Amino acid sequence: MMEKMIFGRYIPGDSFVHRLDPRSKLIFVFAFIIVVFIANNTITYGLLLAFTLFIILMSRIRLYFLINGLKPVLILLVFTFLIHIIFNREGNIVFEWGFFKVYEQGIRQGIYISIRFVVLVFVTSILTLTTSPISITDGIEVLLNPLKKIKLPVHELALMMSIALRFIPTLMDETDKIMKAQMARGSDLSAGPLKDRIKAVVPLLVPLFVSAFKRAEDLATAMEVRGYRGGEGRTRYRKLKWDWRDSTSLVVLVALSALLIYLRT
Amino acid sequence: MDIKLQQVSFAYSMGTPFEKRALFDVDLMIPSKTYQAIIGHTGSGKSTILQHFNGLLKPSEGEVHIGDRVIVAGKKAKELKPIRQKVGIVFQFPEHQLFEETVLKDIMFGPMNFGVSEEEAKKRARELISLVGLPDSVLEKSPFDLSGGQMRRVAIAGVLALQPEVIVLDEPTAGLDPRGQREIMDMFYQLHKEQGLTTILVTHSMEDAAKYADNLAIMHEGRCVLTGTPREIFADGKTLESYRLELPRIIKFQQKIENLIGKKLSKICLTEEELALEIASSVRRESDEQ
Amino acid sequence: MSEILSFNNVSFSYTPEVEDARKAVQNVSFTVNEGEWISIVGHNGSGKSTMVKIISGLLFPQEGEVRVMKNVLSEENLWETRTQIGMVFQNPDNQFVGATVQDDVAFALENNGIPHEEMVKRVHKSLKQVKMDTFLNHEPHHLSGGQKQRVAIAGALAMRPKILILDEATAMLDPQGRAEVLNTVQELRKETGLTVLSITHDVEEALLADRILFMNDGKKYAEGSPLEVFSLGDKLVEFGLELPFAMRMTNLLKANGVQLVGEHMTEEELVNDLWTSNFNK
Repeated sequence: MMEKMIFGRYIPGDSFVHRLDPRSKLIFVFAFIIVVFIANNTITYGLLLAFTLFIILMSRIRLYFLINGLKPVLILLVFTFLIHIIFNREGNIVFEWGFFKVYEQGIRQGIYISIRFVVLVFVTSILTLTTSPISITDGIEVLLNPLKKIKLPVHELALMMSIALRFIPTLMDETDKIMKAQMARGSDLSAGPLKDRIKAVVPLLVPLFVSAFKRAEDLATAMEVRGYRGGEGRTRYRKLKWDWRDSTSLVVLVALSALLIYLRT
Repeated sequence: MDIKLQQVSFAYSMGTPFEKRALFDVDLMIPSKTYQAIIGHTGSGKSTILQHFNGLLKPSEGEVHIGDRVIVAGKKAKELKPIRQKVGIVFQFPEHQLFEETVLKDIMFGPMNFGVSEEEAKKRARELISLVGLPDSVLEKSPFDLSGGQMRRVAIAGVLALQPEVIVLDEPTAGLDPRGQREIMDMFYQLHKEQGLTTILVTHSMEDAAKYADNLAIMHEGRCVLTGTPREIFADGKTLESYRLELPRIIKFQQKIENLIGKKLSKICLTEEELALEIASSVRRESDEQ
Repeated sequence: MSEILSFNNVSFSYTPEVEDARKAVQNVSFTVNEGEWISIVGHNGSGKSTMVKIISGLLFPQEGEVRVMKNVLSEENLWETRTQIGMVFQNPDNQFVGATVQDDVAFALENNGIPHEEMVKRVHKSLKQVKMDTFLNHEPHHLSGGQKQRVAIAGALAMRPKILILDEATAMLDPQGRAEVLNTVQELRKETGLTVLSITHDVEEALLADRILFMNDGKKYAEGSPLEVFSLGDKLVEFGLELPFAMRMTNLLKANGVQLVGEHMTEEELVNDLWTSNFNK
């Protein structure tokens, strides 16, 4: 079951992007999401696309994983493209078939929006593909640290996230096992009318919840016995290291935005 | 009902970069009414193989024959449900599958999925609860109020309620205390003997395999590397060792004795009782000679 | 020999408000001395797990007292005491907190505010002790049960505990995993003289101990060397346990009229006796 999930999966590696500090990657991605909206003409969108290809090359991630990451949002992508084609009525008519007219701006905007979409999905995918979930959690914890002042339980949130991530594979396996066990008892999840299918989910969900609670209880005991009593007085085993690569990548992003602002119309 | 695997290979996540082969060209024949043990380490492919016995997994290559049904790689198999009624699987830690409000309802769940009437399902539940060694009063309780060992028995009853012709057991005694282990294994053996239930025990316990099985199959790294009767397989400890498996303790002990007295006992003993008898007769012969 | 842990007339009931309710632990006393390996055996429901919860301060006894390093365990010294007790539980998955092997070993160290450099040293050292030092960055779902339990032992060792408690730590493992864990513990004892308290229903595991505590129905039924306790024979079987293999064989041989001198815990003893009493005359 696990194997089917490719989107958002961490692919260990040793590339430039892999070795970046999760903090710089997180800042980069969030800044990039804003920067993408600066582009508004062919040259700036071209530049964005080229820059994204450059990041892909630097990350040495196989295109396969990125294309796969695109699959879940493909419908959305096609839909927005079509909306632009159909409803945008600016510029010259390129194509006409009875009522149906396609305008130059429609195609142009449709392509722009698609590029924006693809670029965003690729860059965020590269973040998750090159950064282990635990590093992302670490990065978020450190970046959010200032918010402790306004009583946000940053440490607890980060711990919750890391435990959730740690248990995802375990619970996936468990789901698979329980499903198989109920199927062996004649339960059928994939056939019949919707009402029957909903009913068939109960034998899956109840054991899953029971086991999740049991695990939570065991885990809480194990944590308590090992001396866990909240974030206070705790030291950290994982140390994040910011080096020249991180500064460079952020400088490059600033340069890119400057260039985009200069070139936009 | 015979079960036959022909040249079965299986891979998880076929056609993705995560493709992982779990079985390679497995040939295995399990005749009706026999007790077959499948032995191997964690990761040897034994859990993958057992899911082929009732069509939970379909082979990537090869054929699986279950009675007169054939599941062929690459072809869409329709209506696997009748197979699942005939081949019951008791998964490892089967108590994790319990979900109903009462034990009675949980045992009835399986049979009713296969269209058995409520009356009949109830009747089966009542019969089975005493077969698995629990009092009738348990039927009205919530399965989650029972002890771990009791839950295990209820889950087993839930599979037996299908009245399968073949029962597949995946480490059925894992985590139980010694008495619980013995009781469960003896119960299945009795069912096998009395009702002619074809039994497939998937295990890493050489002890249980020696004690109960008619035939053994040894799995190693996704291949079925050895098949034969316990005596045939245990006669060759070297080969077993090459698969990082040990001889059962009883056989190793027999070998120690044989080394000590400098001669072989008349047969390979599979139970402690058998071995004690053999040693006793060998001791008697020794004193007669003197 | 100095005392590491002791129970003095400890009783515990899950329903103290009910009079005459069955007590999960009833008037139990015992002492664990430095360097000993003690096994608590008993069938499921004999009170073993409740005793573990009492030792780790998850439950407090209604009667009697628990002493760790000669201090009576109380709410006040609970956290301090926990740093001196290393625990490994039954389910390998449900006690693995960290995302990777090294994170998990560091968990208790982080909780107790150990400085970073010291943490790194201790994590590496304890992983070396359980021979998992080449698995630093492995994630739990890529490890076998035996490996996870060894990581759990390393996590306990990192705190340099006075006593290691194995709460049915081998019950869910395959024979290979069980052997891995028990070998690890035996080697640790050889190297460091670590005090061990193991709770188990595996008789062969119990045989490794210096002393066995046999629990039945919340009470201490017997205490003594493995030989002394297993000499109770059928009594143990009646209470849901098994006799060690060598002992079962001894009994069967005797029943078949083979001459043997004594009771035997190990195969070697039995084989020797069989030789001297029957063949080497």
